[in-house]
Amino acid sequence: MTKMKSLVCRECGKEYPTKAIHVCELCFGPLEVKYNYDEIKKNLSRKKIEDGPRSMWRYMDLLPVETASIDSVIGPHAGLTPMVRTKNLGAYLGLDELYIKNDTVNHPTLSFKDRVVSVALTRARELGFETVACASTGNLANSVAAHAAAAGMKCYVFIPADLEAAKVLGNLIYKPNVIEVEGNYDDVNRLCSEIAGEHGWAFVNINIRPYYAEGSKTLAFETVEQLGWRAPDQAVIPMASGSLLTKIWKGLNEMKALGLIDKVQTKINGAQADGCSPIATAYKEGRDFFKPVKPKTIAKSLAIGNPADGYYALKATGESKGAMDMVSDEEVVDGIKLLAQTEGIFAETAGGVTIGVLQKLVKQGVIKKSDVTVAYITGNGLKTQEAVIDAVGRPFRIQPSLVNFERTFKIGKNGGGNA
Amino acid sequence: MPNMRFHIRFPEQKIKEPIVYQIGHEYKVVTNIRRADVRETTGWIDLELSGETAEIERAIEGMKKKGVTVDPIELNVIE
Repeated sequence: MTKMKSLVCRECGKEYPTKAIHVCELCFGPLEVKYNYDEIKKNLSRKKIEDGPRSMWRYMDLLPVETASIDSVIGPHAGLTPMVRTKNLGAYLGLDELYIKNDTVNHPTLSFKDRVVSVALTRARELGFETVACASTGNLANSVAAHAAAAGMKCYVFIPADLEAAKVLGNLIYKPNVIEVEGNYDDVNRLCSEIAGEHGWAFVNINIRPYYAEGSKTLAFETVEQLGWRAPDQAVIPMASGSLLTKIWKGLNEMKALGLIDKVQTKINGAQADGCSPIATAYKEGRDFFKPVKPKTIAKSLAIGNPADGYYALKATGESKGAMDMVSDEEVVDGIKLLAQTEGIFAETAGGVTIGVLQKLVKQGVIKKSDVTVAYITGNGLKTQEAVIDAVGRPFRIQPSLVNFERTFKIGKNGGGNA
Repeated sequence: MPNMRFHIRFPEQKIKEPIVYQIGHEYKVVTNIRRADVRETTGWIDLELSGETAEIERAIEGMKKKGVTVDPIELNVIE
């Protein structure tokens, strides 16, 4: 018996074979992977995981691929990123045990997308696809293009025609087919959905989405293992489509269901930017549904106004008794700077959102001093330098003389003093 | 005959209008509601349209002109 049992509709429960499909034919609800947990349990232990590959593929038993060999995986080095126990940021916020799950250094394209894309392309190849595609304005395109290049697969990236040139360059280096669609985001969305329905391509976040999304669970698995086989008390997670948050919740609960940890007491907290906060706003207003918005925020990687997993994110936060909040663009920049200046980690704007909301939740008393807290930092700041360029000051400018240098920094002959 | 799936959202002032019925009459498409949630101030339906591709495209434009939002069934595809 294989570990994947079926694809199951999240709405009506109808089951389907594990093929490249993503929507229930009966009710049009989204599909997700259902596993044979009893079978997996027989073959899984903490030791087996600890002895596994030094990447997220050490959790292969809980990922939706048929292969059991790391050699067959596309993106074998993704994941297992540092879990940084903060010294300065925790002290600044008044938290005894604050960790940063640092996916700014994920391999190969420096964002958490390498996790989901690695799973998606591995599964796509298993299903016989030779061409992969995505619609993206940033991190996803980077990751799909890089993994496809390494795997020798054909790659198509769809972008809105008015996207800034700099955003495209990062993809072109991997030589995918980049297609500028003359139209707005909605037009690109609809076209890609239609292409995925008509052509035999693996669209990673359309017809491969049930497998793709599962890659995010590895953040939960790594969290548990890196904390010494325990779940945190609090998780602060950025939300775009809401998928990452729901999959971290699912991953933690799988760890418990398989007996790898005793309990999941984690409160799942969601973070969004003011300019695109459909999920956090619904939470604040006590609604079980979200109202789509037109994004207007510097946190571009979270700028999804009509999030596919918004409903499920609200549900996960509700089940875990967590909270959600949002921050202004100014607070996003402050959050990026705070993380960089306290822990030496340069995050992209989504990281600023996470740190900003973390601060708010601490101030509100939602996160308490003794709570074991993990903040998820999902992308590297080098990708969104434009967001902080006016907020980091200028270099000191001096004449090339020792006197000038010492005067500028108020340094005496025997050291001491500073600017 | 092609089938396409869409998520249609109704703003509050459009909830009472029989837009799906109208689309079925104004364009050569078959409309088939598969899932829906319509409340006092908000509403959405998951709708299948069957017909020639060009006619489906026209029906989509027609729905937009009537003031509803038409998204693919996946909602967000661009990430």
